[in-house]
Amino acid sequence: MGDLQVKKNAKQYDAIIVGSGAGGGMAAYVLSQAGLKVCLIEAGPMYDPRKNVTQFKNPWESPRRGASTKFRPFGDFDACYWGWEIDGEPYTHANDTKWEWWRARMIGGRTNHWGRISLRFGPKDFKRRSIDGMGDDWPIGYDDVKPYYDKVDRLIGVFGSNEGLENDPDGIFLPPPKPRLHELMIKKAATGIGIPVIPSRLSILTKKINDSRGECIFCGQCNRACSVAYADFSSSSVLVKPAMETGNVDVITNAMAREVLTNNEGLATGISYVNKMDLQEYQVMGRTVILAASACESARLLLNSKSARYPNGLANSSDVVGKYLHDSTGADMGGVLPELFDRKRYNEDGVGGAHIYTPWWGDNKKLDFPRGYHIEYWGGFGQPAYGFGNSVQALNGRFEVKGQQKEPGGYGKSLKEDMRYFYGARVGMAGRGEALAVKENKCEIDPKVVDKYGIPVLRFDVKPHEYDIKQAKHMKETFKEIMHNMGAIITYGGDDDEKNNYGLHAPGNIIHEAGTVRMGNDPRSSVLNKHNQAHDCKNLFCVDGGPFVSQADKNITWTILALSMRASEYIIDEMKKRNL
Amino acid sequence: MDRRKSLKAIAVGTLSASVLLDACKTDNKKEAAKGAESAGEFTLDRAVEEQEREKEITSKTFFTPHEMATITVLADIIIPKDEISGSASDAKVPDFIEYIVKDMPEKQIPMRGGLRWLDVQSLKRFNKSFIECDPAQQINIVDDIAYPQIVYKENGKEVTKGKKTKPEMAQGIAFFSLMRDLTTSGFYTSQIGVKDVGYAGNTPNKWNGVPDDVLKQYGLAYTEKEMKECAKY
Repeated sequence: MGDLQVKKNAKQYDAIIVGSGAGGGMAAYVLSQAGLKVCLIEAGPMYDPRKNVTQFKNPWESPRRGASTKFRPFGDFDACYWGWEIDGEPYTHANDTKWEWWRARMIGGRTNHWGRISLRFGPKDFKRRSIDGMGDDWPIGYDDVKPYYDKVDRLIGVFGSNEGLENDPDGIFLPPPKPRLHELMIKKAATGIGIPVIPSRLSILTKKINDSRGECIFCGQCNRACSVAYADFSSSSVLVKPAMETGNVDVITNAMAREVLTNNEGLATGISYVNKMDLQEYQVMGRTVILAASACESARLLLNSKSARYPNGLANSSDVVGKYLHDSTGADMGGVLPELFDRKRYNEDGVGGAHIYTPWWGDNKKLDFPRGYHIEYWGGFGQPAYGFGNSVQALNGRFEVKGQQKEPGGYGKSLKEDMRYFYGARVGMAGRGEALAVKENKCEIDPKVVDKYGIPVLRFDVKPHEYDIKQAKHMKETFKEIMHNMGAIITYGGDDDEKNNYGLHAPGNIIHEAGTVRMGNDPRSSVLNKHNQAHDCKNLFCVDGGPFVSQADKNITWTILALSMRASEYIIDEMKKRNL
Repeated sequence: MDRRKSLKAIAVGTLSASVLLDACKTDNKKEAAKGAESAGEFTLDRAVEEQEREKEITSKTFFTPHEMATITVLADIIIPKDEISGSASDAKVPDFIEYIVKDMPEKQIPMRGGLRWLDVQSLKRFNKSFIECDPAQQINIVDDIAYPQIVYKENGKEVTKGKKTKPEMAQGIAFFSLMRDLTTSGFYTSQIGVKDVGYAGNTPNKWNGVPDDVLKQYGLAYTEKEMKECAKY
């Protein structure tokens, strides 16, 4: 390694953005449209759904028939590169705690993976402490963010319906798709016991909104990224691509950020990174640095940016960087709907995801847990994939096939009949709730472990809160009622109890982590001010899930987008005023 | 493939299995030396690391010719040709099983050992290997391992279904269940199987809701609100 040296990029940028997902993509989009010179650093390769295609592939086009690998944990056709584990980039856990950390490495980041669920936070979601005395209020409220939610709705496109619900605000919606057959059955069963079911709110274009993107072609494969029409939102096609087309953005791929560089005045001056292809060290310099590497990666970068001036890590005089880490809670249940056995075949792929969902309907004052959850649903025909017909004995040993009770398992023509009979009858649901953000749940730098690039890695220390477990219990009770009321038979997730936290997923598993770089008015208890700007370092910003004080029972992407847009406009403003 | 080579294949596979299985461990075990042979042609997007892994998989052979012949007979017993579609071997299910045990090395020992269990059972009963038996003899063994007893909860009570199985058949039953799972996975994800089961999607279209005759069949209808607010094409 005698030839190791730091290569400095001579260009001085207006902004250096680390990460190209929802937050970074939006910042690159807004700043480049305003004429600022942007350098966008991404730890993975270039990616464009039009060139990197898995959409409309048949199951036999994957030699493993769509089964998952460590490269694609959600199956061989999923668009996202990497997931729970990346070769050469470990993370560790304190004691026997659990945390599952999803990391996407590609242009567009995790927006290549998510379910396009695009929910606004409601007015209550920004002010939870004022309501239940737990956690903290945000330094901003719904009225501060609403104009940006509106702009994001128009820019990116989202379908849904205006229901006039107090904490699930109306938006500027495209028309939602009609419910599928099993969804009509779920709706009937759930509303019959007082649980609301309304159209989903997904960032998928059921109508064309501009000339660079088309209309949904209803293949149900948003998780593969839309190569045909760019009709689903992913940061790569909807934000990074138009940002690059302005000519104001230099994208550096395969660049793993090492540190935020600072000068004697304590200002951020740029980013040092290692190029994963040539393993050389590089630096890029800029007027502002915007972190959007994901809640935990951004915290890791700050904690690893130690200097004489910032011995506790950059922007960490409060000592809360990495703290308040929380994910959505999650618990699931699945089964079969005998009413759907032997059903007529037709194409019900629809959009990628459920056409309906249940927003939180409960009154937490009357419950033994303080925060709510929403319910997502699935079922029906799906493209056959690896696992098709698995454990058929659990079905054909239990349910009659065309009036005939068979022995469990079997083979031959009789088995082929069973496969046709049971296909398309599955149904299931998942709760996604708000976990309480507490200071004790955190990620920090492991003092002994580095990754293959020599960058100190994160050690996670997160335990589910008692309230999260009570919420999971409530989810399970609710799911059982809905399943029972629709005549469905539970085949998994029905036997959970206090011994396994009622099936509550390990934290991190729902892939909605937030809170590690939180905003607030008090620099002693928060990292950022209400403009996503570091209290300690005015030209440093963070625009991913890190700034979230709490994350509501809503998927956080739409709020990341709105806050990143808001912070980017603030940066432009402050530059005009010469404050930055 | 000789025995030494196949043992090596297991060793390599097991190493990568620890990476696959323990998703949260921090060990950073490198996959063993990569095969030099060219990978299969992919029509779908692959990252660089995946291409390397595919090369490694396709450069190796796991099952012996005798094992592959046994897998083929079993797969065709599980999914034979009928009036609607072809058989498992028509759909190249044995090739899929060869691939998948290299991709999921934790299935290698259960498959290899299960096939051997079957042959030993066949030797005991008929003094020849399973594939040398005539179809009636093969079914004689299969009928003893094809029907696992199942236990599930209904209204809080445990229910048992299926005939009591012979204790000495337990390992054979476990093997046959795995073989059946792999066979249905392979068959119903093939062109023949997808057509058989009648999956009608994976094609550009416009969703206008559940067909009217189906709504009628289930006594369902869209509400006025849905008719008004939902997308129409």
